[in-house]
Amino acid sequence: MTRIEELFDAVLTGNRDAAVEVARRALEASVDPQSLIDDAMIPAMDEVGRRFEEEEYFVPELLLSARAMKSVLERIKPLLSQKGTSHKGCIVIGTVQGDLHDIGKNLVAAMLEGAGFEVVDLGTDVSPERFVAAVEEKSAKLVGLSALLTVTMPSMKSTVEALEAAGLRDRVKVMVGGAPLSTDYAEEIKADAYADNATAAVRVAQALVGA
Amino acid sequence: MALIDELIAGGPALLDGAWGTELQARGLAAGEVPDLWNLEHADRVEEVARAYVDAGSDIILTNTFRANAVALADHPDVSRLEQVNRAGVEISKRAAAARARVFASIGPSGKLLISGEVDESSLRTAFEQQARALAAGGADAIVVETMADLDEAGFAIDAARATGLPVVACMVYDSGKQKDRTMMGVTPERAAEVFTRAGADVIGANCGNGIEGYIPVCSRLAAATDRPIWIKANAGLPELRGGEAVYRTTPEQFASHLGELIDAGASFIGGCCGTNPAFIAALRAHLDA
Repeated sequence: MTRIEELFDAVLTGNRDAAVEVARRALEASVDPQSLIDDAMIPAMDEVGRRFEEEEYFVPELLLSARAMKSVLERIKPLLSQKGTSHKGCIVIGTVQGDLHDIGKNLVAAMLEGAGFEVVDLGTDVSPERFVAAVEEKSAKLVGLSALLTVTMPSMKSTVEALEAAGLRDRVKVMVGGAPLSTDYAEEIKADAYADNATAAVRVAQALVGA
Repeated sequence: MALIDELIAGGPALLDGAWGTELQARGLAAGEVPDLWNLEHADRVEEVARAYVDAGSDIILTNTFRANAVALADHPDVSRLEQVNRAGVEISKRAAAARARVFASIGPSGKLLISGEVDESSLRTAFEQQARALAAGGADAIVVETMADLDEAGFAIDAARATGLPVVACMVYDSGKQKDRTMMGVTPERAAEVFTRAGADVIGANCGNGIEGYIPVCSRLAAATDRPIWIKANAGLPELRGGEAVYRTTPEQFASHLGELIDAGASFIGGCCGTNPAFIAALRAHLDA
């Protein structure tokens, strides 16, 4: 098995220690760090995502794989910036005001980090003002809004409106997700996209920033 | 005779249905934590409990599903949880009078152990505090319900067992192609094995699935444990209408599956999301027919 195949397997099976060790040996053997990402880890996370959507993988498998990839990324990040490669961009994410549910939001954050985004997680019950402040401060390209309760969905709309009012709407894309949501609702509140699950969220985020 | 055996000696025992939607119908506001109504609007909570007793429930639960210190950690009323839990049991007991038993509800924390959002000791402490308060309020038993993670469920079962009360342990099977796994991928067989070993007196499934979907889950639980089985199904799977969850199964349709569920091994039967006292009345009519 090549080092790339070994790393693919380690991420696919969520084996963090093995992933870090294989990556270390690959780098010693002068394998291009970018290739560890593009040829091993991203295909592995694609396969994890496929299995999750097919309901062969469940939340624990998803989290373990994302964690394995994140650990390797943290170690190879310094090498990448030397070569002038940067991450895919910053995304500010949070559960909207009035809603304390965060499992779905945390899964999305883990998967986005695994895919190479810089994720700023504002937590739960996040006011529109806090979203606006974080987008400004981080020059984020993307905002991810989560809600589990139907009754807190209007907070999504107020957050989109607050971004608009702050003059940020033309430079930040908004994606929304959560059990009660739909593409129709995303359109209704003028968000840019809806993602049905954590894997879809990565695809949607990549499409929105052109990564 | 032990309470659990006594309750099902003459056939299946009838449980209650959903509480949240009933409280909303009585004015529970958007985003408000239902459990806090035990202190603020005890009369309206008692109305819901009484509606289920009147509809024929042999056992009613309590409005304490979210009243644990991890789920409500960020809530200003987290310091009042002991009173919330005690009051929840007292309200259900008043409504039950001598007509029904009160099994007190413990729900999940809403945090994942595996991602490090919460640790074992805070979960154990939260469930121990809640279980003690429920027992002090006079509960007849404790129901650990809607669990997705085996470890978290295990901590809640341990906490409930430490009170000396009988313990019911249920997971929510809403994932997998056959809707026979929890969100964390747990199968009915695995849950039955772990909960039996943990000393649960009754093992079951609630929420996440309609009554038809829970028939095979019920059979599999029954085949994997010697404990009686508890099933509280939803009124079908929710459909979204303008952002609102709508459940389509009618009380009569729901009750028409009662015989199959009993054949599959269920001894404790009730409803979860989308059900109301009319569903319990329909089940009662079928049981008594």
